[in-house]
Amino acid sequence: MKLSINWLRDLVAIDENYRPDELARRITNSIAEVEEFEVIGEDWDPALITVAEIAAIAKHPNADRLQVATIKITDSESKEVICGDPTIFVGQRVAFAREGALLVDGKTGQKAALKARPIRGVESAGMILSEKELGISDDHEAVLTLSEDAPIGAALSDVQGDVIFDLYTWANRADLLGVVGIAREIAALEGNSLLIPETGHLESDRPVSDCIDVNIKDADLCPRYTAAVIHGIQIGSSPEWLKKRLRAHGVRPINNVVDVTNYVMLETGQPLHAFDYESISDQKIVIRKAKEGESIVTIDGVERALTKDILAICDSERPIAVAGIMGSLNSQVTQNTKSILLEVANFSPAGIRRGSTNLKLRSEASTRFEKGLGTGMVDFAQARALHLFEKLCGGISAKGMLDIHPGDSNPSLIELSTERIEQVLGIEISNVNIVRILESLGFDITENKGGKSFEVLSPHWRTDIDIADDLIEEIIRIYGYENLPTTNLAGALPDPIENPLSMLRDNSRVIVSGLGFQEILTYTLTSKEDLERVNNPNDKVRLEPLSVSNPVASQHTWLRTSLRSSLLRTFADNRKHQDQALRLFEIGVEFLPVAENLPEERPVMCAVLGGGRLERWTRPETEKLDFFDAKGVLEVLLLSQGVDVRFTDVDVPPLKTGFAAEAVATKTDQTVALVGQIDETVTGFFDIDEPVYLIEFWLSKAVHALNSRPEYSPPPRYPDARHDLAIIVPENVPSGDIVAFVCAHRSGDVLCEAELFDEYRGAGLPPNMKSLGLAVRYRSRNRTLKDKDVLKCRKSLLNRLEKEYGAVLRN
Amino acid sequence: MTTSEDQISKFREEALATLSDSVTSEQLEAWRVLWLGRQDGRVNQLLRSISDQPSETRSDFGKAANSLKKLLESELKAAITRIESNTEVHDVAIDVTLPGRPQSFGALHPITQTMNDCIAVFEDMGFQVFEGPEVEWEHYNFDAVRIPKEHPARDMWDTIWVDTLVNGERSMLLRTHTSPNQIRVMEKNDPPIRVLVPGKCYRQEATDATHEWMLTQIEGLAVDEGITMSDLKGVLYGFARRLFGQDREIIFHHSFFPFVEPGIEMAIDCFICSGAGGSCRTCHGAGWIEILGAGMVHPEIIENAGFDSSKFTGFAFGVGIERVAMLRWGIDDIRHFYQNDLRFLAQFSAIK
Repeated sequence: MKLSINWLRDLVAIDENYRPDELARRITNSIAEVEEFEVIGEDWDPALITVAEIAAIAKHPNADRLQVATIKITDSESKEVICGDPTIFVGQRVAFAREGALLVDGKTGQKAALKARPIRGVESAGMILSEKELGISDDHEAVLTLSEDAPIGAALSDVQGDVIFDLYTWANRADLLGVVGIAREIAALEGNSLLIPETGHLESDRPVSDCIDVNIKDADLCPRYTAAVIHGIQIGSSPEWLKKRLRAHGVRPINNVVDVTNYVMLETGQPLHAFDYESISDQKIVIRKAKEGESIVTIDGVERALTKDILAICDSERPIAVAGIMGSLNSQVTQNTKSILLEVANFSPAGIRRGSTNLKLRSEASTRFEKGLGTGMVDFAQARALHLFEKLCGGISAKGMLDIHPGDSNPSLIELSTERIEQVLGIEISNVNIVRILESLGFDITENKGGKSFEVLSPHWRTDIDIADDLIEEIIRIYGYENLPTTNLAGALPDPIENPLSMLRDNSRVIVSGLGFQEILTYTLTSKEDLERVNNPNDKVRLEPLSVSNPVASQHTWLRTSLRSSLLRTFADNRKHQDQALRLFEIGVEFLPVAENLPEERPVMCAVLGGGRLERWTRPETEKLDFFDAKGVLEVLLLSQGVDVRFTDVDVPPLKTGFAAEAVATKTDQTVALVGQIDETVTGFFDIDEPVYLIEFWLSKAVHALNSRPEYSPPPRYPDARHDLAIIVPENVPSGDIVAFVCAHRSGDVLCEAELFDEYRGAGLPPNMKSLGLAVRYRSRNRTLKDKDVLKCRKSLLNRLEKEYGAVLRN
Repeated sequence: MTTSEDQISKFREEALATLSDSVTSEQLEAWRVLWLGRQDGRVNQLLRSISDQPSETRSDFGKAANSLKKLLESELKAAITRIESNTEVHDVAIDVTLPGRPQSFGALHPITQTMNDCIAVFEDMGFQVFEGPEVEWEHYNFDAVRIPKEHPARDMWDTIWVDTLVNGERSMLLRTHTSPNQIRVMEKNDPPIRVLVPGKCYRQEATDATHEWMLTQIEGLAVDEGITMSDLKGVLYGFARRLFGQDREIIFHHSFFPFVEPGIEMAIDCFICSGAGGSCRTCHGAGWIEILGAGMVHPEIIENAGFDSSKFTGFAFGVGIERVAMLRWGIDDIRHFYQNDLRFLAQFSAIK
């Protein structure tokens, strides 16, 4: 909402010494947020830009479209100025700039000093200014007309200068959408008093009830409706001071009647509407929901179809306004209007909001009603408008006003104790301050006996106050948050929350980034095509993701059931400007749909890698990262966190057949991770033409596979004996099985441990066989082994390997 | 002393002096040929002259000559060792300015880093992490936090709705804030409560330099007997100083969130211009930077959770992590975060 400081100063005294930004800060701290402000007239030189009056107008001798205006620039001094605006008139007060004044150039929009030079052979002493030259607006057609009472010769900055605040008021404060509302708050803040705008008007003897009949059909949507009728109105233009204020608040002046309704709305926050009285059929107003098929042409000239849940103001035949949103052409005030019906009403916020949403139409009125105006705000707005009508539009009011108020609500009494104030704020506030602040905001407050509590009644415009804590907020925001101390939390600490998953996730993040992976964060909404590309076609759950009904963009419609596509996209994007290895990971959730319930959000770590392995010197043919780089990372990730697994080969899209493994937790026998090369057809979808490897680690599964507490064993007391073993086994025997087999072997008290140090296939071996080199350590917990013990154990091991796998010793 | 012994002692002095002057292997070789050369070496000449000595001194002369030979041989050996070890250092000295053997290193996303830093501050004050779902019921996201249907406050949170009906009604959405977890936490825990809820939130809004539809928040909630708004100010003051510098000042200003009463927003004095304003790009000349919203938990929410609001009070706050990250690193466009260009992300790899 725009707010003119000049208007505000009419209603409350504000320290002249405040700079605009200081006042803005004070308003923001305690009342509503000042988003920005504009200082009007800041750079109008008071000596060079002044008020003048047009004394005479003559045709320009050499140009049809130009005139020579004689203007009075002081009481005793006149000048001749060339002017292109044909609408200027004698007696008009205008803004006059002398040579040297800094103005916005009408053509370039840049600021430049005015040069006085002859125009088509006639001298011009300066310029009569439009709003554009003054930087107020883009209006360049007509010169700016000043108020009739602007003193000739006065600096324009004194007459026309202002500061316009752009205010964001809170959603629960309907009463702040009027200058009076803000002025009241500033009065409370500054300890000054609020000057209430003038009211009072004459009435004829004819009772209003003779002129109009009002019937509310839907009382829940219209808690109050008042009507006044004024006869003998003279339509015309509003005075400059009023137009100026409307413009400052972003409202276009129309005619004196419409301008008064808008002015009073801006002033009081209560919307009003004036109907052309003669246009109302049978002088009947019916407030009802629109009927199916009814339509209306709103005053913006648009025909709008009404629906059954929209409240309409109707006469005996047809809708003549959309209640609380916008009037209609069929009943609007025109040049020929003689009498008007003034509607000041209250409409339910929910109804207005629904109507406004359905019609996709918001107005100054609807934004106010939506926030929930107090029904009591009607009276002052009504009185103020009638006062201004009488002053500015002539005519006379019918006696009284018609007031139908089915929805009156009386504010309830709120008990406020000093103890509660202290309990919430942590500080004591004196009773004097409590009473002063609440009274200045319009509350009715009575101190109870003993001074420990108060009874408080809210003013009618404060629909947002329900409980004592609401009053505490009123007190502290005016008292000033800067007066709150900073204290530390006292009291007992809560019980510790066990969250092994969160620990696993945080650790995984650190480990994987330590292993060279860059963490990325990608959008959780994606496209269905992407999900189809990266999921197993048999995985029905992941292929039927949830979607959103109003995505920000079509490629962000589906809640992802896999992180894979996001990583592949990021891989491809970065490949465009990165030649070296790419290692990326993200930890997020897969949204797995659950019937009639929120989806399961399954935490997962997903990583991709590909490209040349890091070498000391980059050469054209760097060795590429491969499956075992990926597997190595996964091994560290699992091992370092105590997740014991065995790897087995797996054939599951989108991984390439023969190049994929799953890690099965020993403790739970569940798959906790996948590792493998992504099939080329899949990477191809993402415009990747190099091998990419995937690591996927399901944290929620791994959390059950953690070793609850690592088993402790002391360092061995007796030395082990290392003997290397080279064996030949059929090619299809997984080396992992052999290693596991050796590690499980024992002979008497002799235990074995094995590590693979070599795999060889090719020349020198029987067909379809491979050679494995194992470093075997033999150890006893009780003694130092002798050669014969080791040989005995080795022999029994070889026998079992031969039996189990057909393994023979390689010479 | 005899003339011949005198000669041997002169030889010794001269030989040792010239040896110590020989610092290269070439010089040593020349010295060796001169003194210990098999044919014409001075020592060998000396030895050959033993038979020329008078008989009474011949034996002593021979001993002295032989001991000189041994001495010079061992000195030469030592000199060779010395020079060889020196030359080794000189010959294969490395260029220490060459890059180290490359190790790959990654980094956490700046949002994760910022989140971790925020969590660490509040954990030190006894807060613990709790998590809630990103896909949320309308009830928790709105109604339970006092934002009923058709209340204009709903405009503050433009919602992305999940396209599914439960019991014939649209009731699932992407949470617009982390505040629904105030309710979820209080359903599961009794006071004293001190929790943090980190996570992603979503808004139906067009993306530009300062707006993203996916964002990250951290919610804080403390409920207990005796918790006051001054405590809230103390906790947030600590947070501001830990994240933005010890000399930070904070202010609270009036605000409105339906689930707190009183409600405030907190600003810190600009850590770039120290509140001087002017043409500062960080605070846009205001001198103050808004960083979070907070307030005292609305008594109705405490009652709905089953606690006596006349006994228990609490506070809640919500911090936008993107905003904090943008401020601390001077990032001017929020869209960088989720575009995941490594040329952006890799800049945040320094370990603090």
